[in-house]
Amino acid sequence: MSANPGADGADAPAVRMEGVEKWYGTYHALKNVDLEVASGERIVVCGPSGSGKSTLIRCINQLEVVQKGRIVVDGIELTAGHKNVDKVRRDVGMVFQQFNLFPHMTVLENCMLAPLKVRRAAKAEAEATARKYLERVRIPEQADKYPAQLSGGQQQRVAIARALCMNPRIMLFDEPTSALDPEMVKEVLDTMIDLAGEGMTMLVVTHEMGFARQVADRVIFMDQGEIVEMAGPEEFFSRPKHERTRTFLGQIAH
Amino acid sequence: MIRAFGPNEFWFIVMAVQWTLALSAVAFAGGAVGGLLTALARVSGAKPLRYAALGFIRLFQGTPLLMQLFLVFFGLNIFGSGINPWLAASVALTLHASAFLGEIWRGCIEAVPKGQSEACWALGIGYFDRMKSVVLPQAARIAVAPTVGFLVQLIKGTSLASIIGFVELTRAGQIVNNATFDPFTVFGLVAALYFVLCWPLSILAGQLERRFAKASAR
Repeated sequence: MSANPGADGADAPAVRMEGVEKWYGTYHALKNVDLEVASGERIVVCGPSGSGKSTLIRCINQLEVVQKGRIVVDGIELTAGHKNVDKVRRDVGMVFQQFNLFPHMTVLENCMLAPLKVRRAAKAEAEATARKYLERVRIPEQADKYPAQLSGGQQQRVAIARALCMNPRIMLFDEPTSALDPEMVKEVLDTMIDLAGEGMTMLVVTHEMGFARQVADRVIFMDQGEIVEMAGPEEFFSRPKHERTRTFLGQIAH
Repeated sequence: MIRAFGPNEFWFIVMAVQWTLALSAVAFAGGAVGGLLTALARVSGAKPLRYAALGFIRLFQGTPLLMQLFLVFFGLNIFGSGINPWLAASVALTLHASAFLGEIWRGCIEAVPKGQSEACWALGIGYFDRMKSVVLPQAARIAVAPTVGFLVQLIKGTSLASIIGFVELTRAGQIVNNATFDPFTVFGLVAALYFVLCWPLSILAGQLERRFAKASAR
């Protein structure tokens, strides 16, 4: 593994997990997880609640600390100390179920904070970047409003823009549409489909199987902390190998 | 020889309000700095810091303010600072306010949803900027009402400094009473002056609380 991130080119995996184990006290949340995600690949992770799917992607930017195993992100060994964690977080964007926008800041300020504080960007440059990405998620006119003045769908799109302002190489989505009213799900999914079209490496935890069919290169099914099944969407939905996957797909089909 | 309670006595007591206010201001300013540090230590990731802050808070919550004043007053004397009621009262009340504000503000910091910190971590925002730009501004809104409420307690608490000889409102009352033997008038006036200081603050605290409740219900 190269010590110099990015130096080994596009062939280096964006994410590599080897034998990852995670416990919450006595609860075994991740059991011997191996996963390799290529640069530019779109992965959808699904599974029943408590299956460890959120925990899995939260390990990639160390919102969860694992007890065992190796995690390498963009050539950076995560398990090797704090400095590396900061480096990885700068290059990995995350979108949360509950948006987690900063309520006391305007939309524009939400998007500018990290570039200003972390990248030490100039104010004008940070603002230009923020407006560019707000344009991309199709809400440039909301820049001066506060999050509470926006609909859920708009807030989630702001959250996506905020993450993109750091120019991440990998984007993590943790159930991005689960807290939304049904009529707002589409606008957020469309934004994510655009992003996928631009070649962003994406790991998405979601129950939106339509999105998985349309966008995913691979679909992962997790249950009880294990990766049970992993396949391309065509094979995953039409010929699932495992009984547990079939049961799960049967349950969410309606 | 007994003096009558006249305008001189009246103004002597009223003028002592400035020392009550000065002592309250010093203790509140010092307590704000100490309280912020204590609160940050209480929510820190470092166990020794958390426990040190907790011990400090428990110590000052679990002992009477009067004993804290005595200990600092006589303690400073032992360390050769001489008898200095101003210094002793300032130090003791600052420590007292630090402990109480530290505990109040810890609760306010913890009331800010965890997702706010997670968003910062995910963006790579470091501890200092996370606290300064995201967590503390939100905690401050929650903190305003209970902080003003504590300030009222602190102003009334300064009356205990009279016992170590610091001439503020209560001590001025005692001095006048020793000369006039008219305790009902004297302490009635003293109490009225405390009320004039504290009542508006209590109203303010209530208003801020209602305004915050409205804002967070939005």
